[in-house]
Amino acid sequence: MAATASHDAEVDALLDTLFRVHHYDFRAYSRVSLRRRLAAAVERLGYADLAALHAHVARDGTVFNRLLGFLTVQVSEMFRDPHYFLALRESVVPLLSTYPSLRVWVAGCSSGEEAYSLAILLHEEGLLERTMIYATDINPVALEKAAAGIYPVEAMRAYTTNYQQAGGKASLSDYYTAAYDNAVMSRPMRERITFADHSLATDTVFAEVHLVSCRNVLIYFDAKLQAHALGLFADALCRRGFLGLGARESVRFTAGGDRFADFAREDRIFRKVA
Amino acid sequence: MAAHPPLRALAIGGSAGGLDALTQILPHLPARAPLAVFVVLHVRRQRPSILADIVASHCGMEVHEAEDKEPVRAGVVYVAPPDYHLLIADGPSIALSVDDAIHFSRPSIDALFETAAEQYGPALAGIVLSGANADGAAGLAAIERQGGRVFVQEPATAQAREMVEAAAAATRAATIAPPAALGPAIVALMTGTAA
Ligand SMILES: C[S@@+](CC[C@H](N)C(=O)[O-])C[C@H]1O[C@@H](n2cnc3c(N)ncnc32)[C@H](O)[C@@H]1O
Repeated sequence: MAATASHDAEVDALLDTLFRVHHYDFRAYSRVSLRRRLAAAVERLGYADLAALHAHVARDGTVFNRLLGFLTVQVSEMFRDPHYFLALRESVVPLLSTYPSLRVWVAGCSSGEEAYSLAILLHEEGLLERTMIYATDINPVALEKAAAGIYPVEAMRAYTTNYQQAGGKASLSDYYTAAYDNAVMSRPMRERITFADHSLATDTVFAEVHLVSCRNVLIYFDAKLQAHALGLFADALCRRGFLGLGARESVRFTAGGDRFADFAREDRIFRKVA
Repeated sequence: MAAHPPLRALAIGGSAGGLDALTQILPHLPARAPLAVFVVLHVRRQRPSILADIVASHCGMEVHEAEDKEPVRAGVVYVAPPDYHLLIADGPSIALSVDDAIHFSRPSIDALFETAAEQYGPALAGIVLSGANADGAAGLAAIERQGGRVFVQEPATAQAREMVEAAAAATRAATIAPPAALGPAIVALMTGTAA
């Protein structure tokens, strides 16, 4: 995969088409990983090169949907990085519990695992009944899965260790019913979450929230789009609201990062400064 | 062979037995080495991750786990965090990703080597160390194609040979050497005293 200037021009042209024809804006995504995923898409979808894929995607919606699967990385887990959730539970929840009603935004929620993890945590801390969780993403297939709340029962068993390390107070199986090979998230967990289509690249703030959890999404953006997304979070958060990022993400290298201060440094939880 | 520009970066990958070899190489690099070092080792996910600490205790250079969007500086060893791919982006700067595992590995040595080769071209050297899978072979070949120098740990000294054998087979002119000789070889490239 050569990073020649002409190759970059081809990528630009494809991204322009995706924006103009399909209204998905990947133009300010981190180029290095985008190029790798485009190369994987060309190969796995069976095209000779990027230009061939481009020609086809411009006029075929089903090809676009498959390409979208390559361009948006759908890797998720319940209670991924248990210490993050433990820190939320131990350090953030006591402060959140002082509000009469709570709104949480899970930005880039993929197939819902992170949102359900937060719902379970808030339920165990007695806050879920007064909480509204907005969970947003741009991948319609992932959003559909998230709203259904159905996961392989095998995977749920594997998440049990995460759940316990995250300070889980009951049993993860209390929150789903197993039906054959599937685990269906229980109604009280699903009821408090609204899954919706929303792009951090092209959409605006839709509610005032007390906590934003946006994990392993900003790594896919370039510095400028990252700064834009941080701006959205700062605008959405209430005074002194909380922002949680992925285990190796920070606001340090991003313009506008100074609107946030470290809250739980190791666990990548930040607090809006003003 | 064409003349090489001064070395600006070194990318090292290893798996089973790789850490042991790495700790024999890094002590050779001076604290103010004028190059950036990137390390991918396949290790279990753990927290706090101790890999950077182990590496730091064998190395005079500054060592830390790579952070997303961090600008790359000379004199620093960047260790891939467990469960993230470490890529080198324009700048050069660090880009992390949680894309699918490659060769069952995340971080992937190939992903680091291929993206570093694009950024640094002939100013990059790559080393593949001991390991029990084929990760790193395609990446090392990419470094070689872009004009960089390539090294492979001598299989007889490797705890697991698959990775070094695959890397040697994938490249045309890799230098094959025991870990004790790899450190001095890099220093020679760095100071321009290499043959
Ligand atoms: C690696 S997943 C992270 C999932 C989850 N947050 C977690 O940590 O488990 C990244 C998610 O970001 C979503 N995404 C990518 N670009 C986005 C955008 N512009 N706006 C909102 N979500 C986006 C992808 O569709 C994908 O679901």
